[in-house]
Amino acid sequence: MDYSLSVWIILLPFLAFLITGLAGGRMKAIVSGIIGTASMAIAFVLSIMTAWSYFFASTQGAEGFAAISPINMVWLRFGDTLHIDLGVMLDPISVMMLVVITTVSLMVHIYSIGYMQGESGFARFFACLSLFSFSMLGLVVATNLFQMYMFWELVGLSSYLLIGFYYDRPSAVAASKKAFIVTRFADLGFLLGILLLSFTTGTFDFQTITNPAGPLITQPSSAMFMGASLTTIAVTLIFMGGAGKSAMFPLHIWLPDAMEGPTPVSALIHAATMVVAGVYLVARLFPVYALAAPSALQIVAWVGGFSSLFAAVIACTQTDIKRVLAYSTMSQIGYMMLALGVSGYGGENGLGYMASMFHLFTHAMFKALLFLGAGSVIHAVHSNEMKDMGGLRKFLPITHLTFLIACLAISGIPPFAGFFSKDEILVAAFQHNMPLFVIEYIVAGLTAFYMFRLYYRIFWSDSEHSHDNAHHTPHESPLVMTLPLMFLAVASATVGFLPFHELVTSDHKGFEAVMHWDLASASVLIGVVGIVAATVMYRRSSTLPDRIAEGMKALYTAAYRKFYIDEIYVFVTKRIIFNGISAPVAWFDRHIVDGTMNGIAWLTNAVSYRIRNLQSGQLQWYAFVLVISVIALGVSAFCMIR
Amino acid sequence: MFPDIPLSHVVIVSTLMFFIGVYGFMTRKNLFAILMSTELILNAVALNFVAFNYYLYPDKMQGLFFALFIIGIAAAEAAVAIAIIVAIYKNFRSVNVEDISQMKQ
Repeated sequence: MDYSLSVWIILLPFLAFLITGLAGGRMKAIVSGIIGTASMAIAFVLSIMTAWSYFFASTQGAEGFAAISPINMVWLRFGDTLHIDLGVMLDPISVMMLVVITTVSLMVHIYSIGYMQGESGFARFFACLSLFSFSMLGLVVATNLFQMYMFWELVGLSSYLLIGFYYDRPSAVAASKKAFIVTRFADLGFLLGILLLSFTTGTFDFQTITNPAGPLITQPSSAMFMGASLTTIAVTLIFMGGAGKSAMFPLHIWLPDAMEGPTPVSALIHAATMVVAGVYLVARLFPVYALAAPSALQIVAWVGGFSSLFAAVIACTQTDIKRVLAYSTMSQIGYMMLALGVSGYGGENGLGYMASMFHLFTHAMFKALLFLGAGSVIHAVHSNEMKDMGGLRKFLPITHLTFLIACLAISGIPPFAGFFSKDEILVAAFQHNMPLFVIEYIVAGLTAFYMFRLYYRIFWSDSEHSHDNAHHTPHESPLVMTLPLMFLAVASATVGFLPFHELVTSDHKGFEAVMHWDLASASVLIGVVGIVAATVMYRRSSTLPDRIAEGMKALYTAAYRKFYIDEIYVFVTKRIIFNGISAPVAWFDRHIVDGTMNGIAWLTNAVSYRIRNLQSGQLQWYAFVLVISVIALGVSAFCMIR
Repeated sequence: MFPDIPLSHVVIVSTLMFFIGVYGFMTRKNLFAILMSTELILNAVALNFVAFNYYLYPDKMQGLFFALFIIGIAAAEAAVAIAIIVAIYKNFRSVNVEDISQMKQ
């Protein structure tokens, strides 16, 4: 197949953005929705075709799947070697990401037509969705670091716009600013990392940088800084950018607040696509991490592992259903980071890499499904709080069933997709890093527990306070919303059978995957334990959860308060940075810098006030001065001649 | 022509005329008086030209022509100036320079 068509996957959403963004106010609301959805549908078909011909229809050489660049043009040329390109690069992970993004994006587009119906700003919503899809697709096909950085900022921007979609709500505005500032702060590290890395390699191009036989990896730079090589520092800084976007501890604080945005946005951006950009970034530069900077990879593994445990514990205590899902997302992304962190390069050693990408793929499906299901529930009861729900299985049969499938998938119950990918991650961790394996094993149990806590609190356990907020009896969402749910449910149930170990691997060559039945059964066991615990506690409303919470009050309160990370941030920014740095700087600015300027202005003013009588406007006075001066000059010249 | 009047006398007269003109220009408040003072200054200069031409270079004509030009230009200038003064008078109902201080702010 001719891959040049793949450019349209990226350009179509951009065109849709231009049309709906510029003319959206002048067309009927539904038309902008249809334009966005249609462009996404075409992009979806194109990416499926691209993926099919890339993975299955083409013959792969001895080098495995080769990276293809159907388009690569020089965009900014600074010199012979230093130039920034724009282009499309197709390799296993970018093709996989194209499929993930277009699938989820298409589902979210369709779903939004129903979910956002009647909202003011419908066209604006679709314009932003298209902008986001365009940026995210541009990010994954980037041929070089700089293009990736540009699109990276663009997804940050569209995320900002969509979180702040309800701009009349102060909390949404605060959340959008928080998301933008936190990720922007992390991107500072990313930019520094890019500059350092391209300083050592002299190029931005991914294929040159990540070539395992390339100079960066075979002849590591001898330059050291603070006991680490320049490459290690560069990729650690780049990971900082990735950690910010992927909401890794301690840069995760924006993600739960980002749930202020409309629910389809949370499904698309804050669950399935944008937040995995950090994972994708590390995967993109994986040969550098694995071969040239193993200590940076250790950092990735531990940050991922810690974040997943941290978020899982918090998720067990939250009562806002979208926040539970947000922390669950953070926990699952921690899994992916950890899998990358424990992976080696090439063949069987690259199991973690494969598992990470596999989990990214399956997670996108079931987490998007969970969010869209949650959106359907919120649509029915008009509340995010668990206490307003309960017993909804009778009213929302389709949502209930699809949500259950997603919960089973994320809990790692076979044959649903999450089982396969999570199992691979556990195997990779088991083989390379025992402490992290233990952490992940616990997290697997916690995941099953909090997901089923959520499930039971929404769909079972009736309480007398339920549905107080609803204006009417809860009802099932329209077909336009349930259709994406059903599609994603089918995907969540089946994508686990894809032969990822032959398709997406660290060195682009397939390898034989071995099923580890002992580990698999152990992971299913812990999942079942979590589900049983949740069933006992939340199947019917009872006082048991409260009593358990009372039993470990300190831990419960700390987790409910999200371990006070927000408070720590506020303390650090307000007390330490503000008083220690900003206030003195402001004083300096106000008194020294402004003082100098004001002093100059004051001096000029005072002098002019004194001499302003010279400019009297009286012609005769000027003539008098003129004559007197001429006489004085004449006299002095006369005296000098004498 | 007047061999018994020395050059210095003519120069003294023209100097007096000049400084009377300057003094008038600086002290008078009436625009017409100021205009007359300028005429006086111009005529003092013209007188100088004629006198120096006559006494120092009797065979040449440049000084005379300068004087003629000055007279011509003075006439034109007087016409323009009087027109301006009339216009000012129409606007301000006054020909006193101290009343015309619009531009000073």
